[in-house]
Amino acid sequence: MIKSNSGIRKADIINRRMFIIGAAKVVIFAGIVARLFSLQINENKKYLTLSDKNRIREWKLPPTRGDIVDYFGNVIAGNLKVYQLHIIPEQVENFNYLLIRLKNLLNLSEKKITKIIKLKSEIKPWDSIIVSENLSWSQFVKINNYLYDLVGVKPVMTISRNYPFNDVYTHVLGYVSQPNEQDILDNEIIQERFVPGMKIGKLGLEKRLENYLIGMNAIQRYEVNAYGKRINQLEHQKGKQGSRIRLTLDTEIQKACGELLMEKAGSISVMDIYTGDIIAMYSSPSYDPNLFLFGISQDEWQLIRNNPLKPLINKTLSGLYSPGSTIKPIVALSALENNVIDTKFKVKCTGKMELYGQTFHCWKEKGHGWVSLKNAMKQSCDTYFYEVSRLLGVDRLNLTAEKFGLGKKVLGEYFDVEKKGLFPNTKWKKNNLGKGWVLGETLITGIGQGYIQSTPLQLCMMTAQIANGGYAIKPKIIVDSNPISYEDAKQSMESGLLFDSKSESLLDKRLFKDKKNIKIVQEAMFSSTNERFGTSYKSRIDDPKYQFAGKTGTAQVKRISKRERELDLELEQIPYKDRDHALYVAYGPYINPRYALSIIVEHGGSGSKAAAPIAKKLFKLIIDRHDLRNKQSNFERITV
Amino acid sequence: MFQHNRLNNEITLYQKIKNLDYILLISVILLSAISVFVMYSTDGGEILFHTKNHLVKLAVFFPLMIFVALFNIKFWHNFSYIIYLLVILLLIYVSFFGIKASGSQRWMDVYLFVLQPSELMKIAIIMCLAKYYHRLKMENVNSFTSITIVLSLIFIPTIFVIAQPDLGTSILIALSGLIILWLGGVKIKYFIYSFITFLISLPFIISFLKPYQKLRILTFLDPDRDPLGAGYQIIQSKIAIGSGGLDGKGFLKGTQSYLDFLPEKHTDFIFTLFSEEFGFIGSVGLLILYSIIIFRIIRIGSISRSNFARLFCFGYAFAIFIYIVVNLSMVLGLLPIVGSPLPIMSYGGSSMLATMIGFGIVLSAKINHKQMIA
Repeated sequence: MIKSNSGIRKADIINRRMFIIGAAKVVIFAGIVARLFSLQINENKKYLTLSDKNRIREWKLPPTRGDIVDYFGNVIAGNLKVYQLHIIPEQVENFNYLLIRLKNLLNLSEKKITKIIKLKSEIKPWDSIIVSENLSWSQFVKINNYLYDLVGVKPVMTISRNYPFNDVYTHVLGYVSQPNEQDILDNEIIQERFVPGMKIGKLGLEKRLENYLIGMNAIQRYEVNAYGKRINQLEHQKGKQGSRIRLTLDTEIQKACGELLMEKAGSISVMDIYTGDIIAMYSSPSYDPNLFLFGISQDEWQLIRNNPLKPLINKTLSGLYSPGSTIKPIVALSALENNVIDTKFKVKCTGKMELYGQTFHCWKEKGHGWVSLKNAMKQSCDTYFYEVSRLLGVDRLNLTAEKFGLGKKVLGEYFDVEKKGLFPNTKWKKNNLGKGWVLGETLITGIGQGYIQSTPLQLCMMTAQIANGGYAIKPKIIVDSNPISYEDAKQSMESGLLFDSKSESLLDKRLFKDKKNIKIVQEAMFSSTNERFGTSYKSRIDDPKYQFAGKTGTAQVKRISKRERELDLELEQIPYKDRDHALYVAYGPYINPRYALSIIVEHGGSGSKAAAPIAKKLFKLIIDRHDLRNKQSNFERITV
Repeated sequence: MFQHNRLNNEITLYQKIKNLDYILLISVILLSAISVFVMYSTDGGEILFHTKNHLVKLAVFFPLMIFVALFNIKFWHNFSYIIYLLVILLLIYVSFFGIKASGSQRWMDVYLFVLQPSELMKIAIIMCLAKYYHRLKMENVNSFTSITIVLSLIFIPTIFVIAQPDLGTSILIALSGLIILWLGGVKIKYFIYSFITFLISLPFIISFLKPYQKLRILTFLDPDRDPLGAGYQIIQSKIAIGSGGLDGKGFLKGTQSYLDFLPEKHTDFIFTLFSEEFGFIGSVGLLILYSIIIFRIIRIGSISRSNFARLFCFGYAFAIFIYIVVNLSMVLGLLPIVGSPLPIMSYGGSSMLATMIGFGIVLSAKINHKQMIA
């Protein structure tokens, strides 16, 4: 019984101790419930967000670039559906077998195969390897036919940049290609919207207008697992195509320029003399920008790079040429404005001019005899202009030339490659060459040789500003939001003042002191083209609708030795790179002029033979398209 | 006395079955059923490896529980020391010949499944100490000899388990043993003194911890210090539970577990998955179910005539409670991560085996609650 008693006492102790623990258990369980409550009820929102952040991942898709259209709305840089071939390694049953099949189907190179194998080891098995970025339709069909045998292969349809006019716009538009690291670092917008496989502008307007063209990414939301593998697609947020940009250029004229300069190195620019719209801007030879979209092959690249006609250079903007005789209208205008000469002023041309023991030759060995301004311009007499510039002096000439746009960038803000050229004066020489100006240099500057250098677009603008009666214009290549109509521009010019929408003020756009002087120069240019013995008389058009006025130029690329002068070789007998550049500037129609142009044919020989005939062919087209263009002026307004 | 004994010996199989505790039994069945559904969810809504194995184990161990219950509680009393010794031998065996996995050596292959003897020790230590205190005279409870013996009985298996290394299980074994010490009547001041000593020596103990264990403690204190490394489990577990909300994301719709953000979702983090899919309501429901089980075990202990049965039931109720608390505190970010399964719910044969044996002995105590043990 004692034992039993102690057993009962023990049980009492055990029960009492159990009770203490039981109380503790209740408290602890209550604590756990409180914790559950705080996590699941109080902080539910926070953890739901975290859970969504865990499971939802966004995939950006490449944005669709904005179209670039010409003045008439034709797409000149657009987007095209392309067929691509992707492999998803995780779905492939037998990788080696698949590669052999694809190699046979698509004629893949060994190099490409090695590249695919390397890529496979670098990516996650559920990501895709792009085997081919641009399958031809027949290849795409072939792949689809054999798809049952190609497990893990995914034919994909996507969008790629496309230049439907191939080489016609290359120097204006540039091209797009895969960005390199620096491209991404340099542009925050590209950084933000970058997606592998995306292409960005590498050159020209494609590069300059990147931020407008690029567009917004479409976003796809997927549910992913802890390893990043996509499980479900949740939603799709549509992207936005980049801005549409309308250029002032006319594809028909641009194409004609290309044809006229076929197989030649050179440039053609055409400009509206009132609005400053650039109608055509072509540099020859060009190349096909579509080649760069999917990575240009080494062979094709070498072909472009090593072409002696230098297709990679935008000759219109970065080609620097001596203007030759095309500068003479400016020399004449400057002399008239400074009252150095008048229309009656005459010089006797004997074929050469002596100055301090140096001989300066006229292009016509026999000489022109007594010539006035009109005849000197018509026949491009060098002696007359030697004498006029001697009387005028280079500094006064420089002032007039710079007023008309020489030595300054024309479209500077849009093209990095544009050069500003040079129109020298005494101060420039002192500062840059450290030597004093020599009078002989004034003489050769007067015929557009020596230090003077200009781009084809500058010469075009210079001519346009003479043609419109001597008023400053601002050339442009993109149609802005508030385009000034041709009539308004013309009218305000004739009143001498132009309303500037940017500064909202009336600006004096007059580049002359006496309007009469412009008229004299215009008439002289008219006679050069339309009167007998004029240097471009053979290229004239008699129909007043198309009749134009112009000035030829022949720019020497090297000094002519005495022996060569005596030999008087035919063009074909001179080595290509020693031949003269042929130049021509013109505007038309002569009555109510509307367009100015400049033509340069590198190493083409004389301006009258190689450049002026091109103008004749081109002018008909330009004038014929004028009415059409006028109707299109308000066709579309795009803000950039 | 004689009559009494005869009465007990004559108890028929039918009476035994009739005397089972049906509230406890139904609760265990309910818990098992829930565990199968949750396991099905961890397999992504398919009957795959884990669900199948879990079902097989339940099918084997649930009858085993009944089988254990059919033995007289006296039998379990008589074999307590031997069972304890056997498990110690198994611990010694695995420390030499055990299967190594993820840096620790704690398993042995026993045809049906891989056995983890340390799990069995959780039960064996309770049995052994319950028998010891059952036999100990009241006046000797606080004697130096008895306390030394009891502490050694706790210390020996704990050391083996720590050496595996398996800190979580060893703590649970030690706690299970210490609770019997408490129930047995050891003076409260001894507990208070030891607790103070423990607190003082805590920095010293920490210096003995393995680097990964220290990292776990640091991570527990600030999970965000390495969100993709050591803190990942705690953070993801809290996200899963927290995002469950009041009524959960729905069965098979727990994104955290379904998309593999949740680590160890079959075993230690099974509650996280359950809580994500069934929310606060489900979690509290599960806790209530566990509470019912614990309460029933205590109730059986309190009606038992023998102090062995009483000590075992109370000790086992506490052990179950501790397993739940340690596991839940861990997944809720209240305690550092120590590997400890949730009874019945977690995938794992040894843990379920031990738990079922425990329930079996409790049921045996219920059937034979009038049994006196000399």
